[in-house]
Amino acid sequence: MQPLKKPRNARRDPAPSRAAYKAQRLMLTPGFRQFLRVGLPVIAIAAAAGIYLSDSDRRDALELKVSEMRRAIEERPEFMVNLLAIDGASDEVASDIREIIPEEFPITAFDLDLETLQKNIAQMDAVANVDVQVRSGILQVNVTQRVPVLIWRTYEGNVLLDATGHRVASIAARKDRPDLPLVAGDGADTVVGQALEILAAAGPLQSRLRGIERVGRRRWDLVLDRNQRIMLPEENPIAALERVIALNKAQDMLARDLTVIDMRNGQRPTIRIADNAIEALRQIRAEN
Amino acid sequence: MSNQYEAQRAMRNMRKAAMQRGVIAVLDVGTSKIACLVLRFDGTDKFSGADEMGSKAGQSGFRVIGAATTRSRGVRFGEVDAMQETERAIRTVIQAAQKMADLRVDHVIACFSGARPRSYGLAGSIDLQENVVTENDVSHVLAMCDVPDYGNDREVLHAQPVNFALDHRSGLIDPRGQIGNRLATDMHMLTVDATVVANLLHCIKRCDLEIAGLASSAYVAGISALVEDEQELGAACIDMGGGATGLSIFIRKHMIYSDSVRLGGDHVTADISQGLQVPMATAERIKTFYGGVVATGMDDRDMIEVGGNTGDWEHDRRTVSRAELIGIMRPRVEEILEEVRARLDAAGFEHLPSQKIVLTGGGSQIPGLDGLATKILGQQVRLGRPMRVQGLPQAATGPAFAASVGLCLFAAHPQDEWWDFDIPAEKYPARSFRRAVKWFKDNW
Repeated sequence: MQPLKKPRNARRDPAPSRAAYKAQRLMLTPGFRQFLRVGLPVIAIAAAAGIYLSDSDRRDALELKVSEMRRAIEERPEFMVNLLAIDGASDEVASDIREIIPEEFPITAFDLDLETLQKNIAQMDAVANVDVQVRSGILQVNVTQRVPVLIWRTYEGNVLLDATGHRVASIAARKDRPDLPLVAGDGADTVVGQALEILAAAGPLQSRLRGIERVGRRRWDLVLDRNQRIMLPEENPIAALERVIALNKAQDMLARDLTVIDMRNGQRPTIRIADNAIEALRQIRAEN
Repeated sequence: MSNQYEAQRAMRNMRKAAMQRGVIAVLDVGTSKIACLVLRFDGTDKFSGADEMGSKAGQSGFRVIGAATTRSRGVRFGEVDAMQETERAIRTVIQAAQKMADLRVDHVIACFSGARPRSYGLAGSIDLQENVVTENDVSHVLAMCDVPDYGNDREVLHAQPVNFALDHRSGLIDPRGQIGNRLATDMHMLTVDATVVANLLHCIKRCDLEIAGLASSAYVAGISALVEDEQELGAACIDMGGGATGLSIFIRKHMIYSDSVRLGGDHVTADISQGLQVPMATAERIKTFYGGVVATGMDDRDMIEVGGNTGDWEHDRRTVSRAELIGIMRPRVEEILEEVRARLDAAGFEHLPSQKIVLTGGGSQIPGLDGLATKILGQQVRLGRPMRVQGLPQAATGPAFAASVGLCLFAAHPQDEWWDFDIPAEKYPARSFRRAVKWFKDNW
């Protein structure tokens, strides 16, 4: 019988071996080819990166290198900020702003947080509007300051208010700003517009006006010297004030010894006469 | 039988799966060569229904994208003889075809010529419950066919309903929807040796392939080599292979008989080898180059170098005349054809309205065979080549590839077989009820 096992030097069998056959079929499987083309490189790269980064020393070195490169780029002269320029601010405000901006110059533009800076400066009372930008190596801060229009006298002290009722600054004494009118009373800062209108309407009384006072958070009193007081109504205070001014012009009412002109009820204006005057009146009546 | 039914149904499902993927391989396991074609179905050809063959004879739906042939090893008489060798040959051819197609094939339809096919004509009839024939009635009548005892070691390869008769009307192709009282059918059943099939299936399974169908090569050669009118009017296809010669008789586009003669081209080669004292390889070469069956005066002077490498000058310089070669070949070819004649006579071929005989297969390329066949088989003999299918390489268009090409057509449009119809519903409950009764008897 012929040997069943193939002799070693037999002529090469043209048939593929089982393994070769299976390998060829595997290579013809679309999924497997896709895997070879995409999956395998991805896995290889991920594995190489993973093995390299599994050592913490290498990881630290890599991080250091990256941060060094980053710093080198950031500190190029093109990105450096050398100066701080503040426009539109008074000296005190400017020095306050300089205090707010903490960084030491020169500094790279990447380290400047302009938004936070802008927010911090805008929080200052004296600043209405601020615009912060980096321009060719200069940190430019354009400030619009609040303009004080009133002095508001509170228990804590005198405060300057701007036209929107926002606090601008505190002042030690009324005399520091004699050019500004005085208001007092709770909630006066919320109705600055009305206060200014009343003050404008009270122009003829300017020489005698000490200030206006907000009463009960709803209406105004005009306070004149010689402890005279004009109580204005809640509704239409300007008209009431103009009536008083007209009376004053016609009869020189305020020159008399009155303490209060009560205009709160428009139908029934009332005056309060000073105690001395009442005494005098009584005497005159008794004499007659 | 039921087991067989299930196995065939499983193959049909596998075929359906392959169609869904669009790629299927056909494998013709022959004695002298193994051929594999890879088909791609692109779904352009939807089956049109009434007409059995669509445009382009039902072959426009697929394209051959891979083809390979290899010398067969370990196959004798169309049967697997040495399994390892056959498996290697199948592996070779599948690999080459896959390489050409650049596709992996998982499903394969195979055919083989041997395994002693035997034809049976079956008849069955039922009384219709309603007057209209339904699909259920068709499967019922198929199930009612009285199956002969074909032996335990045999398997049904084909079981095709050939004819339906409704009352007195016969010759119906499709009785569904028609009105009548009694439905009868004729079925053609082809059985083969079970062990041969099992061996072949094992070889294919070892190559990691799924079987999507099995066919007799005589049948598929007939599909591809007979033209439509021959199939319709009646013809016999004789597939002259290497180890076996298959014959199939067609009428009205159905195969009604198939048989195989266990003689073929290899026997001619063996005769030449013995007669001229040359090795088989040389004999094969001489046969293909100089062979013939009709000698003329010229052939006496046509000397053929026989050759040899013994070192003996006299021996190595032998020559034979072509007439001598024809003298060796002709008796064997005559024997084959006479054997075929005997099988055709046994099948009653002479009663067919048309007695066309088509010779195909590699053996039909012997020059002068048609003249010889006319003398033995009758006047209406022609040489057949397989019909052309899209993408088939030129090298695979010869008559030797009739079975391969036929298998392509079989894969694209298989005829309805018995297992394509459901088992009628009433067969199940009776049996399961009996089983339930038996279970109660056994347990109480």
